[in-house]
Amino acid sequence: MTAKAESVKLFTDKAELVSAVVTEISSLDEAYKYTMDLCGKKEACKMLISGCEQNLSNTAEQLCATKTGKTIVAPALAKKEAAALEKQCEENGFTLIKDSVRNHLGGIDIAFTRVDHGIAETGTVVLNCPNEELRLATMISEVHVAVLPKSKLVDNSYDLESWMEGNMMKGDYTAFITGASRTADIERVLAIGVHGPLELHILLLEG
Amino acid sequence: MQDAKNLKEYRKEIRESLDNDFLRTAMDNFAVAYRGSRANAFKDMDEKALIREIADAKDAAASRLDELFAQFKEEAEKRGAVVHLAKDAKEANEIIGRIAMDENCKTIVKSKSMTAEETLLNHHLEDDLNLKVVETDLGEWIIQMRKEGPSHMVMPAIHLSRHQVSDLFSDVTGQKQGDDVQALVKVARRELRQEFVDADMGISGGNFAIAETGSIGLVTNEGNARLVTTLPRVHVALMGLDKLTPKLHDALRVLKALPRNATGQAITSYVTWITGSNECAAAEDDRKKVHFVFLDNGRRALAKDPVFSQVHRCVRCGACANVCPVYRMVGGHKMGHIYIGAIGLILTYFYHGTEKAKNLVQNCINCGACKEICAGGIDLPGLIKDIQARILEEEGHPMYSSFLAKMMKNRKLFHKFLRIAKTAQKPMKGKDGFMRHLPMIFMPDHDFRALPTVAEVPFRDMWAKVQPAKVAAPKHKVALFSGCVQDFVYPEQSVATVESMRNKDVNLEFPMDQSCCGLPLQMMGEVTAARDVAIQNMEAFEDTDCDYILTMCASCASHLKHNYMKMLGKDPQYATRVQEFADKVIDYSSFMNDVLGVEKEDFLDSAGDAVTYHAPCHLCRGLDVKAAPRELMAKAGLDYKESAEEEVCCGFGGTYSVKFPKISEQLLAKKVNNAKESGAKVLLTDCPGCVMQIRGGAKKQGADLEVKHIAEYMAERRK
Ligand code: SF4
Ligand code: SF4
Repeated sequence: MTAKAESVKLFTDKAELVSAVVTEISSLDEAYKYTMDLCGKKEACKMLISGCEQNLSNTAEQLCATKTGKTIVAPALAKKEAAALEKQCEENGFTLIKDSVRNHLGGIDIAFTRVDHGIAETGTVVLNCPNEELRLATMISEVHVAVLPKSKLVDNSYDLESWMEGNMMKGDYTAFITGASRTADIERVLAIGVHGPLELHILLLEG
Repeated sequence: MQDAKNLKEYRKEIRESLDNDFLRTAMDNFAVAYRGSRANAFKDMDEKALIREIADAKDAAASRLDELFAQFKEEAEKRGAVVHLAKDAKEANEIIGRIAMDENCKTIVKSKSMTAEETLLNHHLEDDLNLKVVETDLGEWIIQMRKEGPSHMVMPAIHLSRHQVSDLFSDVTGQKQGDDVQALVKVARRELRQEFVDADMGISGGNFAIAETGSIGLVTNEGNARLVTTLPRVHVALMGLDKLTPKLHDALRVLKALPRNATGQAITSYVTWITGSNECAAAEDDRKKVHFVFLDNGRRALAKDPVFSQVHRCVRCGACANVCPVYRMVGGHKMGHIYIGAIGLILTYFYHGTEKAKNLVQNCINCGACKEICAGGIDLPGLIKDIQARILEEEGHPMYSSFLAKMMKNRKLFHKFLRIAKTAQKPMKGKDGFMRHLPMIFMPDHDFRALPTVAEVPFRDMWAKVQPAKVAAPKHKVALFSGCVQDFVYPEQSVATVESMRNKDVNLEFPMDQSCCGLPLQMMGEVTAARDVAIQNMEAFEDTDCDYILTMCASCASHLKHNYMKMLGKDPQYATRVQEFADKVIDYSSFMNDVLGVEKEDFLDSAGDAVTYHAPCHLCRGLDVKAAPRELMAKAGLDYKESAEEEVCCGFGGTYSVKFPKISEQLLAKKVNNAKESGAKVLLTDCPGCVMQIRGGAKKQGADLEVKHIAEYMAERRK
């Protein structure tokens, strides 16, 4: 195996260990398509697993009402990419949220992002997100679809040091994301999605 | 929180914990699962090297805290944050309260911060300032609503069952909730999301504070820290000064060990790096108000302490609690005031004072399990003993402790006492070598193990008879250190040692001036007496011409080898001598297996019994001897059957088992059960203390289990 193929394999293994779903793709179009499929499979107009169906207090219940229809959020995309994604959303009857993510704290079905790096050693994706919309999108959505170019894969967190330090010199918010949000706080039973996404899909983009 | 006023009250609290079956089972399951997942997480790494690197880097950082703080402040403020330094808990709380007032904040969401627990921040914000504070870490939220403190550093609600959580959530939502954990978690997600929407201020802790760029790093699994630091318009991070580190690299390195040690994860779901004031749509000018509050509360003084500065290496992984056999049984705040586990015992003393620490700090059996896995390589049991000694100095020595110290310092007096004991115990002596009943001074609590009687003839009186003839050209010159137990209680173990190396060209000596190794004194915190005894022993062996000082007691061996160095190594008068002494010390199994190199051919050809093994704490961890005894058993033709949790303490701990009999009893019960389950009828071990404990326990329980020192079996099996 080439060094790159080895990193891809290690990354995939480690990410899958924490139940991320890793798929190799060769174009962004494939990524849009993947996202549409995923969104389509989610039950219509209903938060699948995030708790709306539970017995909630009145105030928390109200928050559920803020969500209507299926929503995808994709901030911080280049114009052309955003347009392409929007077109597909329209065709499928999904709403694409482009800004004011704060108005959707009740929840969003899918966040679509391009991440900056991947760390093979731990199966981690790295997202530089001083942009608040981008940051929030990956926190409040139920599913996070992250596109990671293979060329941005590094072996080890140490390899990102100078890149991160460069960002930090300016003021910064960077997230290491590994798998879905999880907790084991009740009887040590592993439960997914306590605050953040319930699923993480990583699309490894050729190139 | 720990509030027992005295040892008696404290014991009562411990008893209550021991009776909590739910907690016990939860902790047991966790302890077993944790060991496996931790080992797995580190399997492709040089764990020891990583820990050493972290220790060195943290030590270096601790030596320049003030400088790092100044740098952090300058860099963070350049990037729009405000940095504060609080000298104590009160000041930290006031600073944060003032920020809330100035910024007109009414509701606060908080992500887990041990430092905020340390300062009791919530009390100040809620009771004094009438603010609403919501913990957003699931476990913290649960215990906050139950008005309890966390019972574990990383699993604050481990003491609660799903039914209790269900009842609680039913109350909170006004709706009946079921028992399904996944569903309960979803309820929490929705309820807490609403709290985030409402909050004006977010309070977090900080796992790392990077001076070079004024950045902080936050490590979470749930992702609440990301929301806490993003949604509200004000963010306050409260951290101890010990979190300061020069560069990002230091943080990334700790990050390699922290989650692996905490939960056996390679990394947590989220690690968040925040530098300066970031974009925030809820804030006036789209910029978040960011305040970093650093807490001193004794940390700067601690950093200057030559012995205790290593406490700052702690990365708060909680692993020392995860592996502690005592913590596992008593849980929560029976081992720590706010911080818990081994580090909790130490931090309680430094952050919360002698009064809070004095009972807790005695509750360490000195098994060394915590030291072995500490991410910062902190000598936790050593420091716990040092604190005990300090407290003795502050509070005065109790009578029994001073009395024992005085007596044991004087070898002749001590040995005379043991000889008198032999006569005094006559009326209580059974035919089987055990005491028939315990003297009145022992409480009924101590009746969980049968105690042996003092031997008719101590080993020192047999020596002339049993010593082997001198070899003209010996391969090895060995001086025996018997320790009090093998001298006065189990001389047969010493005799077996002599016998087991017969015909191996060993010259043996037994210096008569040797006395107790002094470990019991150290365990009680009697440092001066322990030091005096050490000097006597060192001198007794200096008169011999030996290459090895061999002891069949694991506890003596590790005490002689490591603690003598600690006690005397810095004194120029003794430094070289004690080094020479310590270098010669070796345990029985290592000597037989590694030095003498006994072979299969040295033992009988017949098939030996099925045996199981108990690894004494001071052997497997204290001296890092793991393979030697197992190899010896195989060479001797024994059918070795491994017991579950073979390296977990048997609960002896010398004087500890007298002070905390209930804990000792529980540890012993587990040990005997595990041995029985191995299917072997014989248990071997390398320490007379462990023999005494396990044999006594097996006898009391009527278990079909013979307990012997490994030397006894080696002697029996010699050709
Ligand atoms: S003392 Fe060591 S093991 Fe305990 S929490 Fe700190 S770093 Fe972890
Ligand atoms: S030495 Fe053993 S008993 Fe003492 S704190 Fe460490 S693990 Fe617990």
